[in-house]
Amino acid sequence: MSTRYFGASVPRTEDLRLITGQGRYTDDVGQQGVPALECAFVRSPHAHARIVNIEVGDALEIAGVHAIYTYEDLEGPAAEPLPVLIPHPNLHAPRTAYVLAREFVHHVGEPIALVVADDRYLAEDACDRIRVEYEIRPAVVGIAASRAATHAVHADVPDNISAHLIQQVGDVVAEMAAAPNTLELDLDIERSCSMPLEGRGVYARWDHDDRSLRVYSSTQTATSVRAAIAAKLGLPLGKVEVIAPDVGGGFGVKIMHPWAEEIIVPFAARALRRPVKWTEDRREHFISSAHERGQLQHIRVGFDDEGRLLALDVTFWHDNGAYTPYGIICPIVTSTQLLGPYKPRSYRVEFYSMYTTTVIVTPYRGAGRPQGVYAMERTMDAIAEYLGQDRTAVREANFIQPDEFPFDQGLIFQDGRPLIYDSGDYPRQLTMLKELIGWDAFGQRQAAAKRAGQLLGIGLGCYVEGTGPGPYEGAHVHVLTDGSVEVAIGLTTQGQGHETVFAQIVADELGVQFDKVRVVAGDTRRFGYAVGTFASRAAVMSGSAVALAAREAKAKALSVAADLLEVDPVDLELVDGMVSVKGSPSHAIGLGQLAVLSNPLRYAFDEAAKQATQFAKPADPDRPPIEPGESPGLEGLQYFSPPRSTFAAGMHAAIVAVDPDTSEISIVEYAVIHDCGNMINPMIVAGQVHGGVAQGIGGALYETLAYDSDGQLLNASFMDFLMPYVTEIPQIALGQLKLGHIQTPSPLNPLGIKGAGEAGVIPVSAVIASAVQDAVGLPITSMPLNPSALHALRHTVARAQMPTRPEVAE
Amino acid sequence: MTEELRHAVSLRVNGIHRAATVVARRTLSDFLRHDLGLTGTHVGCEHGVCGACTVLLNGDPVRSCLIFAVSVAGESVTTVEGLRPDPDSLSPVQQAFHECHALQCGFCTPGFLTTVTAGLAENPNPTPTEAVEMIAGNLCRCTGYQNIVDAVLRAAQIQRDSL
Repeated sequence: MSTRYFGASVPRTEDLRLITGQGRYTDDVGQQGVPALECAFVRSPHAHARIVNIEVGDALEIAGVHAIYTYEDLEGPAAEPLPVLIPHPNLHAPRTAYVLAREFVHHVGEPIALVVADDRYLAEDACDRIRVEYEIRPAVVGIAASRAATHAVHADVPDNISAHLIQQVGDVVAEMAAAPNTLELDLDIERSCSMPLEGRGVYARWDHDDRSLRVYSSTQTATSVRAAIAAKLGLPLGKVEVIAPDVGGGFGVKIMHPWAEEIIVPFAARALRRPVKWTEDRREHFISSAHERGQLQHIRVGFDDEGRLLALDVTFWHDNGAYTPYGIICPIVTSTQLLGPYKPRSYRVEFYSMYTTTVIVTPYRGAGRPQGVYAMERTMDAIAEYLGQDRTAVREANFIQPDEFPFDQGLIFQDGRPLIYDSGDYPRQLTMLKELIGWDAFGQRQAAAKRAGQLLGIGLGCYVEGTGPGPYEGAHVHVLTDGSVEVAIGLTTQGQGHETVFAQIVADELGVQFDKVRVVAGDTRRFGYAVGTFASRAAVMSGSAVALAAREAKAKALSVAADLLEVDPVDLELVDGMVSVKGSPSHAIGLGQLAVLSNPLRYAFDEAAKQATQFAKPADPDRPPIEPGESPGLEGLQYFSPPRSTFAAGMHAAIVAVDPDTSEISIVEYAVIHDCGNMINPMIVAGQVHGGVAQGIGGALYETLAYDSDGQLLNASFMDFLMPYVTEIPQIALGQLKLGHIQTPSPLNPLGIKGAGEAGVIPVSAVIASAVQDAVGLPITSMPLNPSALHALRHTVARAQMPTRPEVAE
Repeated sequence: MTEELRHAVSLRVNGIHRAATVVARRTLSDFLRHDLGLTGTHVGCEHGVCGACTVLLNGDPVRSCLIFAVSVAGESVTTVEGLRPDPDSLSPVQQAFHECHALQCGFCTPGFLTTVTAGLAENPNPTPTEAVEMIAGNLCRCTGYQNIVDAVLRAAQIQRDSL
């Protein structure tokens, strides 16, 4: 084969439709045929209330309004609480919402009534006429209020604790007591959220002749949405098909399912026998999808004089919002991934997952890791400062070494499997990072800046990321009679380039041209069993499944060819889409012809079928046309299910400038070292890292979700939620961002790959905190950090250090 | 209740005369997407901040979510569907976005393509800093803008090379 696609920066197949306005996102569906009715919801304006009465009034009299639904209209499974997707024995008080609120609402934005109308404008008009009478109950906002438990979010959970989990390795009490040095830290990190540019959306079309439902959803998991809809609406699975069309970003929020809207919109479509769609607006996304990140952390650490961790004792409180449909994945990830590339002699971690009357918390890119890395890296910096050592030296002293893999951390990971790192090279990453950012020379640069009246600081952060968790993904590879290849995978795609990277793998495995391979993702008509696109798992899981399925199809092609050419399959090779006897390329059969010959039914519909007849042998009258255990067609269907996750890793460093007067924080330089094992497409991997770093910077310096004490989200718009523009992100083109890669292949999958999707975001808050602390010489314990907060911190400390200065009225 | 008053709106979209009857409060973005079926224009925030809905109004970039369709009657609008010079080729900006991997999910992309098309008409030879400024009013959640900045510079080069 002349070209190897794996490892090449192949331009993306999906681009052409997306740059010409021909993409199909959920709100684009249904331009032809019967126009879809459109939805708007009456959502709770209160954080916590009992619904006393709902008065529809004259809302139904508006021309173009077709139906209004409330909880009373639901029946059967649709009237039951939404599922707890991932139960856990330590999630002792799980609570989930109803599709439409039943008696109580627990956060602003919770859906209460659905209006279906000719268009969204009319549906919103009708929402305005629906009068809901509330008996307002106390809001519980923030972890401190939740812990105080003066008021309960759910009456039957008086302490507001949904889950409590302790894991430990070694004897922390004894190691702490014996440690020559100990420190304590209290840290907090605020909420942020995925905030894809396309919000959620659902389009449902009921076929009354067929009693079947087709649903398009802007989701990260089509197969599970399908199963949920079938169960909730009482339909056989075979009568529901779900398609994730082009999806305008996910970043985690769209792995949560089923959303109430994913049930009620199909419910309405069936009831009205009309296509119905709901397209989330931006305010709805802020107040009724999901957030992440909010934690309070208390850390005790014991260490020797080299900075080696002897005892690490972490307690943290995780804000899970009003409900726990996604279980306790995020705090479990925090508690396990906190360890990063280090090997403490003993570790104990305890967390409480806490209810608040705010939007639910489900994974957002990083999924608990940014918080864990923040805790660990703040601790590393504190140790270095205490010992007067370089921050990189303390980290080096604690690294797991390259010859220590597989390395068992002795904990249970999010997937319920042992936390065993498969491969990596952390010392080499640190060496590369120091080089890339100019770590060793920074002291002189900082001193020179100080002489010029400028505050410069440098910081770093290291992480290890479990990627590609199971249980499985599958792939179907189908060679057609024209020699092209159809590939179907079950998980979805929302910008990661799956149509391109999986075609690269198949092209290599089958020896065909890249442009002969077409990949379909997230369509339950094409692939029924899948898990979803989250946890940096698509490349690892589906990529491996695609390779295995392609190998199966190749083996079958060689078997069919061997039979025809009367040679042993091992004497055959597959090159450029042609099977031939090794060393005798003139006797070659194309994959398309082999696809014809693999099927005893050979209508000569196309050229390949006509040509294939020249190879066909007379049938043996004593054998069945299809032998037992064989099947017609040139296909492969394989699942990949690894024993446990594979562990990617990386290190970031930043140089920041703090304005001495205004405390404005600017990132002067940012460096990334990244290891995701073998890269299928380095261009796409780099793109994932770029995007992750930008989201990390947003989370570190700009993005918060500002709830007031009544549970109102004060910044529920792009005016007030400060997502970074290009001007906030260090740019490669301006020499501000630098990337370096190493590749330590994973031994756990056939391609040696590790996940790359979340990596970029994970250490950024830790890195920025480290750098700002270095610039201003004050402990940074609360993230994100805005200029006002930093200014207040500097001002407070300045005053504390000058007790003789007279108070000046401001 | 009385029916909402509807207004006939005719305008040129991508060089073609188009007409529809709409209520006064119909936004230009909804008009383009749902009345004319030009779904390439995307709506990200409905309040003019993200720039995904950017179209060219008589050549100038505007936020179509902040404009009523009735207010642009008789004007000329270019959407992402109208950027291709012909059905078999891409505009320099489209070509550059593909070459530079300047899009991931593609949702914000139409707004960037129209914005950069107008930007390069005004400044055909941007420096890297000017390329950053050119896209500084549009939000992208996927790319960190790295490859979009590259694509602006690359598009300028393609345009220069084709002269």
